[in-house]
Amino acid sequence: MAELTQAGPQVRTELADRARRSSEYVLVPAVAVLVSAILFSVFLLFLGKSPAQFVELLWKGGFGSWFSLQNTLVRASPFMLTALCVAIPARLGMVVIGGEGALIMGGFGAAVIAIPMVSWAPAPVILAAMAMAGMLAGGIWIGIVGAVRHYRGVNETISSLLLFYIAVSVLNFFVEGVLRDPSDPNKPSTMPIGRENMIGPMPATDVHWGLAAGIVVCVLLYFLMNRTTFGFAARVTGGNLRAAQAQGLPVGRLVMVSCFIGGAAAGLAGFFEVAAIHGKANASLIAGYGFTGILVSFLARHNPLVIIPIAIFLGGIDASGGLIQRRMDLPDATVLVLQGLMFVVLLASETFYGRYSFFRKSEGT
Amino acid sequence: MTDFKLNRRAFLKTAAAGAAGAGALGLPTMASAAGLTIGIVYVGPRDDFGWNQAHAEAAKVLKGVPDVTVVEEENVPETVAVAKSMESMINLDDAKMIFATSFGYYKPFVLDLAGKYGDVQFRHAAPLWTDEDPKNAGSYFGYLDQAHYVDGVAAGLSTTSNRLGFVAAKPIGTVLRNINSFLLGAKKVNPDAEVQVIFTGEWSLPVREAEATNALVNANCDVITCHVDSPKVVIETAEARGVKTCGHNASQAPLAPKGFITGAEYKWSTIYTQYAADLAAGKTLPNFIGAGFDKDFVQNTPYGAGASAEAIAAADAARAEVKAGKPIFTGPILKQDGSVLVGAGASLDNYDPMLDRTDFLIEGVIGSIT
Repeated sequence: MAELTQAGPQVRTELADRARRSSEYVLVPAVAVLVSAILFSVFLLFLGKSPAQFVELLWKGGFGSWFSLQNTLVRASPFMLTALCVAIPARLGMVVIGGEGALIMGGFGAAVIAIPMVSWAPAPVILAAMAMAGMLAGGIWIGIVGAVRHYRGVNETISSLLLFYIAVSVLNFFVEGVLRDPSDPNKPSTMPIGRENMIGPMPATDVHWGLAAGIVVCVLLYFLMNRTTFGFAARVTGGNLRAAQAQGLPVGRLVMVSCFIGGAAAGLAGFFEVAAIHGKANASLIAGYGFTGILVSFLARHNPLVIIPIAIFLGGIDASGGLIQRRMDLPDATVLVLQGLMFVVLLASETFYGRYSFFRKSEGT
Repeated sequence: MTDFKLNRRAFLKTAAAGAAGAGALGLPTMASAAGLTIGIVYVGPRDDFGWNQAHAEAAKVLKGVPDVTVVEEENVPETVAVAKSMESMINLDDAKMIFATSFGYYKPFVLDLAGKYGDVQFRHAAPLWTDEDPKNAGSYFGYLDQAHYVDGVAAGLSTTSNRLGFVAAKPIGTVLRNINSFLLGAKKVNPDAEVQVIFTGEWSLPVREAEATNALVNANCDVITCHVDSPKVVIETAEARGVKTCGHNASQAPLAPKGFITGAEYKWSTIYTQYAADLAAGKTLPNFIGAGFDKDFVQNTPYGAGASAEAIAAADAARAEVKAGKPIFTGPILKQDGSVLVGAGASLDNYDPMLDRTDFLIEGVIGSIT
């Protein structure tokens, strides 16, 4: 705000000043990642394993070859969409952690709407209906979180987490009950949508279109939150709820719409799980993508554009996890330790913003 | 009063030296020049006292086979992650054979990869392979209900209340079949025996498994067994309540030093070493193999302190009979709804395909599927 009133003649200094100030948002997380890497190295040394080998395998398994890169990208795509379910409500100051529930409901909704359509509709129509149903189901699911938060004052973190458990139960109730495919006695699932109706990989890759959708949605929502009046109003609400109300902003609507958008993004991830991978809805939808999305969003400081590289980075950790298990004889939980360390250190690093005069605007001349 | 000092500088030096040293030593390379690399994927942890541990124990045996390298990955969910894990084993570790050990890995992941990598053999641990599936894919399975039948015999002679408790995951075919066989074993030696079953609804729900176990003990069941992914909680809870237990999947004997009778275990090592030997000999692998005691695919856990001499003798005899092909499902057997499953004097073969599609509980089982 201050720069508007102080905009002086020295544009060049002003720009350098600005760069120095924004570098805070790069340097603090970078140092945090470095610190967590050091802590993790110590952990590995205690286990008698080599951090250097860990890094090499991380590179080899996640990024070092075309196969590894595709492995990373295919894992990154649900992370992007579920991270948005955290990031968008976060702009309003809400901590929504139930994206997994929205993903489940999205996948379930998509699979259900396809059941009566597979016999007559062409594939593009089915897929469009599925995507809409998936986004709607996920959006409503987190929209409920926003509504009970606004109207009843229920804590959104708790309610979204509890709604995740309800989503699991709803899914199980239907796939083990009325919607169960009788031809599959051992893995309760909905009727398959059929291979011919599934989404294939993007050209020249074996990565499905969910990746492209994830990137597009991240970019779109970046513009929505940073370049539109809606986004501005949302950020004002996040900054100070009372002030926003005093300004006459429709706070309740902003809360619910933001939650709906976030839930719709996670629901879209569920749609891709069904339409590109499983071909039906079953308990495999509950794979923890929604929970990794929380980590992605916090690492990205809830910035939709930054979510893209962070999701790819975590996808790479995920993709190389197997190789690390196999070559270093480490348990699977090792990768979780790394993720946990990064998360904790990054949250702790939040307290360092604004502490160092280097990043502040230079006063006087 | 210690003079141990760890200042930051010294610490960083040590850490850096350690890292550099480990790097300089050279990284172990996996791809063996000759020989066979086999990849195994597990859905849970390898030390779960259950399904995954049973496979991991077989993997250990397989590692002892000359010229065989085993690469393992645990906690791989039934999503695109398993496809990528298997592909990674093929591309980066040069695996020529993959064991996919969780039910949901098969369709579509194993089938897709089998089509893509024609020179790799894929085998999956459930009887799912059909003639329409790729020829380099296949299924292997152990008929664990035979071992549960033997458990039932021992349990039937160990109960004083004539009520046996069964904690079950989901009411699907293989689970229902194990429950039915367990009851048939108990009834063989104790016609008054009943089995009370509680379904938890999930393969792994430790809290509900403990609740179910307690509920069964409260309902006067004095022998408890289960069919969940990891029987650890069930067995430990039952032991703490002072009742006897029969295990499932792997050995839980160490968890119940007082009340453990015996358990129904897979013996995947028989299958895995057979595949390795066949590949080494250049033979074409069968697309489906499934067996029970007759081919040493299943086994019973060595008897624990809870097994009486009488129970041991009867269980050993029952195992020998099943091994020789004597049918478990010998009439008259009624379903829960009163309809006839097997008439008096008739019987079902232990590998009757009808049993693969078990969607019922038999009379004498208390508890409902829905």
